[in-house]
Amino acid sequence: MKQPFEKVVEQNGGAVLRVCRVILGAHDAEDAWSETFLAAMRAYPDLPDDANAEAWLVTIARRKAIDVLRARKRHPTPVGEIPEASGVAPSLGVPGAEDGDLWQAVAALPAKQRQAVAYHYVAGLAYAEIAEILGGTSDAARRAAADGVKNLRKNYPGAAREGAPS
Amino acid sequence: MNMSLNHLASPDDASTLSRLRDRLGLEAEAEGLLDIAYTTIDSPVGTLLLAATPRGLLRVAYDTEDHDRVLDTLAGRISPRVLRAPRRLDAAARELDEYFGGRRRVFDLPLDLSLSAGFRQLVQRHLPEIGYGQTRTYGQVAELVGNPRAVRAVGTACATNPLPVVVPCHRVLRADGAVGGYIGGSDVKKALLRLEAAA
Repeated sequence: MKQPFEKVVEQNGGAVLRVCRVILGAHDAEDAWSETFLAAMRAYPDLPDDANAEAWLVTIARRKAIDVLRARKRHPTPVGEIPEASGVAPSLGVPGAEDGDLWQAVAALPAKQRQAVAYHYVAGLAYAEIAEILGGTSDAARRAAADGVKNLRKNYPGAAREGAPS
Repeated sequence: MNMSLNHLASPDDASTLSRLRDRLGLEAEAEGLLDIAYTTIDSPVGTLLLAATPRGLLRVAYDTEDHDRVLDTLAGRISPRVLRAPRRLDAAARELDEYFGGRRRVFDLPLDLSLSAGFRQLVQRHLPEIGYGQTRTYGQVAELVGNPRAVRAVGTACATNPLPVVVPCHRVLRADGAVGGYIGGSDVKKALLRLEAAA
């Protein structure tokens, strides 16, 4: 049996907000969040009972966020929002690292690399989706993310100990 | 690199999310997606869950019924499009507050009786005819609905009333004068009868 939609919002509202923020920045993220949950609520009765609600919502959120970017034809500033969050982030999965340092290293990357890294590694976008946002090809997006990670490894040695998801 | 979304929580998330959830309730209502809106209110007989469809008040539930379970049941039986959205319940909350304050004798709210059917719903439709401060026996209610032998069925209809307090099943007593069972417990039933006797 399907749980009340309120529970779905309660359990996944935070994750959806973070995806929207990484892609859009704080302000536009709220519109994307609302559109995500309205679309999800419309479709919810038809969602299979055993579906992974978080994965389903994050997929909708990415699509909505990309729609917002397309509609407004302006460039996002994803990582600019993040340093204020870093104070409470307990860990970024980098052993022994202070999170703020990593975010500073990310924020210091050239714009394309920073966006490609944030979209791919934080928001989980595919390179084809990133190419849609940044312009250019999937390969260019993949290269930008790879260059970003290479730069991070150079400027932030702690990151080198962790394998990057492909 | 293993940046997880969970690590990007920011201190203003809680207030942002609470604001976004309020907005979702309003937008879902405006788009006709809010099949069930609910809220909870404090009362002298404990926290009450109030739930309504666009047609009217659907459910009043006592704490002892376990509000999460009640909401799960509503999601399964009516629709899973359920949100905490207090606005649709404003009138019901106000009238209940007036009732518990002794300032209201009759509820004037649209009701959605779709949780009960057949004879049970028939009984529940007639219960508001028992006036404030009055009581009837299960047998008298059976006569009232035109089926004097259906005393036990009247008892079942009262016990499964989805709208306690508003649909006054608490005014139906056993023929021997004992208060009889009640969905909120017999102490709550006695408290409501005392409230109505005092006003």
